[in-house]
Amino acid sequence: MLSNIGNTLLFLNILLGISLIYFLFQDLGNKGKLISKNIYHICLFQSTLIIICFFTLIAAFVVSDFSIITVYQNSHSLKPFFYKISGTWGNHEGSLLLWAIILTIFSYFFLLYSKSHLRDYRIYSLIVQNILILGFLFFLLFNSNPFSVILPVPQEGLGLNPILQDPALAIHPPLLYIGFVGSSIYFSAAISSLLINYDGRLFAKSIKNWVLISWSFQTLGILAGSIWAYYELGWGGFWFWDPVENASLLPWFAMTALLHSLMVLEKRNLFYFWVIILCLLTFILSVTGTFLVRSGILNSVHTFANDPSRGLYILVFLSLMIFASVILLFNKFKKSNYNLNPNSKETFILVNNWFMIFYLITVLLGTIYPIFTEVLTDYKVSVGPPFYNSVIIPIVILFLFFMSLGPQTQWIKNNSYNLNLMIKILIASILINFAIIFLFKSYSLISNFIIISALFLIIYSLRDLYNLFKKKKIDASRIVSHFAFGALVLFIGLNHNFSLEKDFNLKKGEKREFENYSVKFNNLQLEEFKNYKAVIGEFEINNSQNNLSRTLYPEIRIYQSPSTITYEASIRSGLLKDYYITMSNIDRSDYYNIKFQKKPFMIWIWISVIFISLGGFLRLFKNAKKNY
Amino acid sequence: MQKKIIKSFILLFIIFIIGVFFISLNKNSIYDTKGLVGQKITNVQLDHFSKNKMITEKNFKENEFTLINFWASWCAPCRDEHPILLKLNKEKNLKMLGVNFKDNKKNAKNFLIELGNPYDVLAVDNQGKQSINFGIYGIPESILINKDLIIIKKFIGPIFESDYEYIKSIVRKK
Repeated sequence: MLSNIGNTLLFLNILLGISLIYFLFQDLGNKGKLISKNIYHICLFQSTLIIICFFTLIAAFVVSDFSIITVYQNSHSLKPFFYKISGTWGNHEGSLLLWAIILTIFSYFFLLYSKSHLRDYRIYSLIVQNILILGFLFFLLFNSNPFSVILPVPQEGLGLNPILQDPALAIHPPLLYIGFVGSSIYFSAAISSLLINYDGRLFAKSIKNWVLISWSFQTLGILAGSIWAYYELGWGGFWFWDPVENASLLPWFAMTALLHSLMVLEKRNLFYFWVIILCLLTFILSVTGTFLVRSGILNSVHTFANDPSRGLYILVFLSLMIFASVILLFNKFKKSNYNLNPNSKETFILVNNWFMIFYLITVLLGTIYPIFTEVLTDYKVSVGPPFYNSVIIPIVILFLFFMSLGPQTQWIKNNSYNLNLMIKILIASILINFAIIFLFKSYSLISNFIIISALFLIIYSLRDLYNLFKKKKIDASRIVSHFAFGALVLFIGLNHNFSLEKDFNLKKGEKREFENYSVKFNNLQLEEFKNYKAVIGEFEINNSQNNLSRTLYPEIRIYQSPSTITYEASIRSGLLKDYYITMSNIDRSDYYNIKFQKKPFMIWIWISVIFISLGGFLRLFKNAKKNY
Repeated sequence: MQKKIIKSFILLFIIFIIGVFFISLNKNSIYDTKGLVGQKITNVQLDHFSKNKMITEKNFKENEFTLINFWASWCAPCRDEHPILLKLNKEKNLKMLGVNFKDNKKNAKNFLIELGNPYDVLAVDNQGKQSINFGIYGIPESILINKDLIIIKKFIGPIFESDYEYIKSIVRKK
């Protein structure tokens, strides 16, 4: 029943998409200034139907309709209600449907909020957007149908992968998809702009809010994934340079570059083709990321199924997108001479873009290099954190200094620098860094530079904020994001240098002491929960220095559907540090392997990222007020 | 001319990348036990428990069905499933291969003397390395394969009565 409704809705959506493209082309020939009302109606209808389609799938998960394969494979009648719902997008088919929904809704919003722009520009953008929508709908209907049925109807579902049953992961896909899919709008708009040779400034105005939306949500989506990895994977880290994490980071770099160069296009009408390239690149990277994690080329929790036909479909789709956009770009590309003054905001923004592209290439290389070596030489290599850390970290230092100075410069030509202030801030940063070393502990030379440069950016941003308040202006969006980025690097640096990690074996009743800490294994008990059984350890952590005592309860969970064992870290988060314990059983003994970690400032790392994205939202609200 | 060369170079580069992606699509690099069902097992090289010989996939080809059971004397759930394995041993079309996993040989022998030996062939994987090729997370786990070496089903955890009925229904169909 639900399956029939879902399939019908998908089919109707395809028909609507095709008719929309037809009417849009027809509208191109009309002489009026406005887009015909029909198109608004079809778009609204299209969005409504796809939302109903998604709710149909949610309903199937909620009522545990195991006649639908997707529900059977990813849900279980005993699963908590919340995870039944999040299970809707916790699988390949459902998450693709989520893509299609966001694509469709954004397409409608673009139509609504671009009224001040040239009619043909809007029409071509909608045509491209609807081709993308159709591409995804065909994929859904014919290859990855979330409403496929299974006969005979199974009595019980196989269950959602337990490690995906986590609140952070429930919100991670929707957030990330708003980022990924949001970039489709400026991909379509860029193609449209190339086709009709649209004015650069107007183009920048029409897409800047979309860039802000996708960038802000992408940032939050990456954060949610990272928090999940920290809590759920049980390794105590928050970023592993895993290819799948990288796949979400790649479009983020392109978006960040775009966010900045768009300002130059809007203010000075420069970098038009560069902005177009970034628009195209962002969405292409988003689809590439989807291809990499879904096709099975990369092995990860995101690889829901190992079906090469899926990868092939996305690859064909991706290739068509790339070739169409590259050939169009080649045809329209005109070389322009910018004559930038080296000491101007434009140059600094260009420098920002160089950094972003450098990071992008580094991460892209590290991510796809193993795929290439395996195909070309049949040799498996893995590119791990040492590569990224050694390439990216030293460059971050320089980047932070540029990031501090860039906003201080003026457009066209900067008259003078406040050298005096710069030196004062640098000295203050160095002094604070030495204070940290003096009061706590010394660290490597490179860490010194990182912390000094992060402090430099933080202090500069604070000073900007102070000036802003003095002038009673309220546009703090840039300052908030830059300040938060400085804070992020600072806290990551401190976290890296002040973390304590101990690995040892304990059995019940035993105690281990090291530095100022003692860890005592007090108790072990077995408990039964709704969808799993758990072996729960009770560990008492004492800090002799400040008489602090904490009790942590790491778990080994045994899930029945599907049969999986997961190791749940027990984490005590505090304002200054997190205590983190995982335990795992050891074959043939009553000892447990215990991993104890002290991770300073973890919560501040998360907060910093929230504030980075908050900057994007603030700017969005400001733009909305201006009524673009 | 120079422009054309640059453009052609860019296009060729894109084609190269897409080509590599295409080839790698058909290479399976997934380590997922669920995905193993329906796949053919290859490259099996297990040491025999008591004789100085290797057990390879050729040994499975002689049987209609083979149940590969990974067990150890130190594993409590293996004890639970043992009576069912003994029952399965009576099935005509089914041969049983036991893989003794990271175990002490003497304890393993005592275990089989105490509870009975359900295995037609017994192999040993002291380091647990060979078991990785079968996608073994932990033990007990069992894999049912047919004559063509295709994995029909994987049983993670001990074999229950319902699994016994399932295996019985499959092997008796033949």
